Amino acid sequence: MTSLDDRTDAAAITSPARALVEVDGVSHSYSGPLVLDHIHLSIDAGSFLGVIGPSGSGKTTLLRLILGSLSPTNGTVKREPNLRVAYVPQVETVNWNFPITVSEVVLMSRSPSMRRPWATASERRDVSEVLEQLGLDGLGNRHIRELSGGQQQRVFLARALHRKPDLLVLDEPTSGVDVRTRHEVVHLLTDLHRDGMAVVLTTHDINGLATHLPRIACVNRELIALGSPRDVLTPQVLERTYGAPMEVLEHGGLLLVTDSPLATS
Amino acid sequence: MNLFEPFQFAFFRNGIIVAVLAGAICGLIGVYVVLRQMSYIGHGLSHSIFGGAAASAVLSVNFYLGAGLWGLLSALMIGRVARRGKIGSDAAIGVITTASFAMGLALSNLFGQAKRSIDAVLFGSILGVGGTDVLAVLGAGVLSVVVIYACYRHLLFATFDPEVANVSGVNVARMEALLMLMLAITILFTMKVMGVLLISAMLVTPAATARMMTNSFARMLTIAPIIGALCGFTGMLVSYHIDVSPGATIILMASTVFLGVFTVTGSRGRRNVAGLGHH
Repeated sequence: MTSLDDRTDAAAITSPARALVEVDGVSHSYSGPLVLDHIHLSIDAGSFLGVIGPSGSGKTTLLRLILGSLSPTNGTVKREPNLRVAYVPQVETVNWNFPITVSEVVLMSRSPSMRRPWATASERRDVSEVLEQLGLDGLGNRHIRELSGGQQQRVFLARALHRKPDLLVLDEPTSGVDVRTRHEVVHLLTDLHRDGMAVVLTTHDINGLATHLPRIACVNRELIALGSPRDVLTPQVLERTYGAPMEVLEHGGLLLVTDSPLATS
Repeated sequence: MNLFEPFQFAFFRNGIIVAVLAGAICGLIGVYVVLRQMSYIGHGLSHSIFGGAAASAVLSVNFYLGAGLWGLLSALMIGRVARRGKIGSDAAIGVITTASFAMGLALSNLFGQAKRSIDAVLFGSILGVGGTDVLAVLGAGVLSVVVIYACYRHLLFATFDPEVANVSGVNVARMEALLMLMLAITILFTMKVMGVLLISAMLVTPAATARMMTNSFARMLTIAPIIGALCGFTGMLVSYHIDVSPGATIILMASTVFLGVFTVTGSRGRRNVAGLGHH
């Protein structure tokens, strides 16, 4: 798999980075101990950021603060005015028994000002285009449960892309999917990033996804490290993030993170 | 036996119009009730409104006013108790609505002269349906259709994926409040024919039947009211001829249709209906 580092980010080269979202000294708690503590983070136009950390480390809370669906307990989250954000939730949270077709899912994300229940001719054209872009052409009238794992993930990406977002936010986009689907998703996100879209995602998949991203944030209640995989994926940072010793190897020019059970003995 | 003999009576004509409209509205709102897993709220709200209906009958206050205010008060209390956080909303619904229902029963026992109208509210009646009731149910039906038409996309998005809907600019809290209001109005304006004890079944059965027949939300929204209206029509006719309360015959019709579709659609239908409420 090609590293995103190797790809040219035209927007980043020709103009100074413009912050889409600025997370400034943010802390958050759900009426209990702090889930996130004093986080500073900037998401620039055209950037690609992966957030890693153990379960319960505050990754999804950070996404929700970026999305604006949560308000921080302390600190501020500034979003660029009129920023168009699209969110792809974990596929495990989708109600696959809901009576809904692929086209109906994609149509949902249209402008909230649209009142008519049925799709207009231009909306149908747009839906066809985005389904074709994601290799889902001809599946518009199928129920979402009737698709393969990779197709299901792409339906929700299609819904997000149908909003024509400036910033795409994904929660565990490769969780619970097979290797082939993971490759499909990574290639899709790579193409979207190359076209200038800013992407933020959370992942548990360090080797399959995080090592291929240009920038990684290691989070465990606080922001432990932020930078390129080579800068961030060190045994020290990983142990602070996951609370367990881990080794970092290099194979064929790519980083490989492994558990290091012997180091504890 | 002349099947259409009861149509010569004005009370029956009023009753069947209300039953058909009530069946259609319950089917329509029931789609959201079933898909949002609000069945227990519907069940509780109808029981709660019974307390208000009983108090209205005893105090000779307008039924819709008394029962409506009572329902609103109950909904506010449920929200207040649930927000305390110590007990869940299902427990709050259970405590408050059954207390309201028990109060209705107590009033029924204490004031014998009101017993007949309380029985009518419990089990449904076609005798007490007048022109005002027809207009009230018609109004509730028009309101439901207008609200669902105007908010179709927002309601669908908020029902299917509330978190993403919220991020995409849909006011999910407002949509939830709107659905609760429509549910309360539906129960209030259709309970005279259906009866408190059976109306929650009418909110669930036509929608669950429609779910077995289609995988499309838009088609489900069309099929469920048709099933509800047909059950209202046939249930009222059967109610007259066998002299059984209309709530019971309408629900039995709906249950029969459910069973028929359950059998005909086989494993696909069974999987669809089994999936209701499971993600």
